[in-house]
Amino acid sequence: MIRLEKRPSPSRAWTAATPVLAVALTMVAGGVLFAMLGKDPVAAIRIIFWDPLFNEQFASYSRPQLLVKAGPLILIAIGLSLGFRAGIWNIGAEGQYIIGALAGAGVALAFYPLEAWFVFPLMVIAGGLGGWAWAMIPAILKTRFRTNEILVSLLLVYVAEQILAAMALGTMRNPEGGGFPGSRNLQQYPAAANTELIANSGMHWGVVAAFVSVIAAYVLLNRHMLGFQIRLTGQSPRAARFAGVNPNGLIVFCLGASGALAGLAGLFEVSGPAGQVSIDFNQGYGFTAIIVAFLGRLNPVGILLAGLLMALTYIGGELAQFMLNLPAAAIQAFQGMLLFFLLGLDVLTNYRLRWGKREIA
Amino acid sequence: MDLSAIDPVILIASLMVASTPILLAATGELIVEKSGVLNLGVEGMMITGAICGFAASVQTGSPALGFLAAMVGGAALSMIFGLLTQVLMSNQVATGLALTLFGLGLSALIGQGYAGMKPPPTRPLDLGVLSDLPVIGKIVFSHDAMVYVSLALVALVWAFLRYTRAGLILRAVGESHEAAHALGYKVVRIRLMAIGFGGAMAGLGGAYLSLIRVPQWTEGMTAGAGWIALALVVFASWRPWRLLLGAYLFGGITVLQLNLQAAGVAVPAEFLSATPYLVTILVLVLMSADRSRAALHAPADLGKTFHASS
Repeated sequence: MIRLEKRPSPSRAWTAATPVLAVALTMVAGGVLFAMLGKDPVAAIRIIFWDPLFNEQFASYSRPQLLVKAGPLILIAIGLSLGFRAGIWNIGAEGQYIIGALAGAGVALAFYPLEAWFVFPLMVIAGGLGGWAWAMIPAILKTRFRTNEILVSLLLVYVAEQILAAMALGTMRNPEGGGFPGSRNLQQYPAAANTELIANSGMHWGVVAAFVSVIAAYVLLNRHMLGFQIRLTGQSPRAARFAGVNPNGLIVFCLGASGALAGLAGLFEVSGPAGQVSIDFNQGYGFTAIIVAFLGRLNPVGILLAGLLMALTYIGGELAQFMLNLPAAAIQAFQGMLLFFLLGLDVLTNYRLRWGKREIA
Repeated sequence: MDLSAIDPVILIASLMVASTPILLAATGELIVEKSGVLNLGVEGMMITGAICGFAASVQTGSPALGFLAAMVGGAALSMIFGLLTQVLMSNQVATGLALTLFGLGLSALIGQGYAGMKPPPTRPLDLGVLSDLPVIGKIVFSHDAMVYVSLALVALVWAFLRYTRAGLILRAVGESHEAAHALGYKVVRIRLMAIGFGGAMAGLGGAYLSLIRVPQWTEGMTAGAGWIALALVVFASWRPWRLLLGAYLFGGITVLQLNLQAAGVAVPAEFLSATPYLVTILVLVLMSADRSRAALHAPADLGKTFHASS
């Protein structure tokens, strides 16, 4: 009979090994899923994980896409990981992403057609502030009224989606768009466009911001008092209170930081790859980033790797849609499965498996 | 704008229909939370129930079988959550989120090819003379069977928690799993049963959406109903009858804003569509602002991981 014995402290070896193991198990389970859908499982896995990077026919298109897709995921996940470490659950990043994009695009559209150097920096500030402000709603409700931040942040996603629809159909609609919904294309407004920095690399300002955020989060968590307080609160809220951590301050900081980063991700997307405010502008990055944060073990470097891997499944999923007629939803279920395996395998990090009869205590 | 087009009798009657899905899901989640488990996967289980019920009833032509399939589907999905949180002791918040993400993907996968189809119709119950009563007949006695089933389930859950020994044990497990364990109750087994019940109820709620309220299948059709059900449990401070009140309040706002949109009120439709979510947030704030009450009724061990170490 197998029995579980709590480890005195989480195993470091397993902490690193479980994400790899989870990915491997997801490939197997995903293969079974694809086989059930009547697709060749080996081909499907190869198309999702291998072909986007190494197939000569697709790689030239797919490789830049890797950074384009990983950028927002990493940026959002880094912010979320700060809160998740401290037991503060912002799951409304999708909404903050939308509001950030709207705030940034709003600045751009207000200045149109002025060509000035300060338009893009102003948009970046507005985008970050927009996301921050949207995240401040659950933060203030949590600190003042102890309202559950999980539910409030999530419900605000639906509100943000409605605002997005109202903007795309009304206020921000392109006056020269012939009545079609959606704003002006910011890619065609040079002062506001978030263009590729190196041709055909997928590198744009959002990706740069993502890399910077990884470094900043690493320094914050390992070298800064605030990072120590975040980690301490996550491990033992009571001990943190005795150590003089201000729980409300931490809530405001964690939610604000994750909101601002999600807002920035939205801004870089709307001014770059997406180009315009449209009804279906948000693609669920805010939710997938939750998986990225966990897959990366809430560790900045881990999140960087996890973001790249998750971006790969997005691109591979699109490729599989096109090559194998695999439904788009399959990849979503696939990503959910990955998180299941990861959370389940975590038992090995925190507990030791013991074989033998249970003694009578 | 023509507000006279809104008929209060029809408004109240459709309010009961609009609130039934979240009432069903919230009743299930109430039992789950009373056992000390926080399952944030309600949205995922609801949408899985919606498509399982839809697919089954389209295939068999029987709405009853559809509802049964929805319960099985919701419960099956909830068992993934049960296995992970109870046996493998994973974090309940993270696992619940995973369940929602997975459920949304899985339902879209199953639902391919079902878009645009019509489910077999469910007729209102024929209650004879009662349905013919003026006003009251139309409001209370002219619905389909599921509306009454949902009311009966609220009553059953209330009686179960209040008057039965099993209900007492369930509450004990939720208040202190260590003490319940020391008394010899199988904490994990009891919680798994509660989680399964919650899954079946969420599935039922989802199927009510796809089979009766809408009735058709579209991806992501629950649109946050599962999250509103979760908020409702907090609003009700974990008491069944308050759940009913909350569900009808929410249903009322949903129906009212739809009617206002139809009447052409001079407010953008998107802002009216956002009101149910905003009102839910407002209600949550009002409830949690009253600290003593919120703390008094929440199960003490809600969301904590149980490991029988000795």
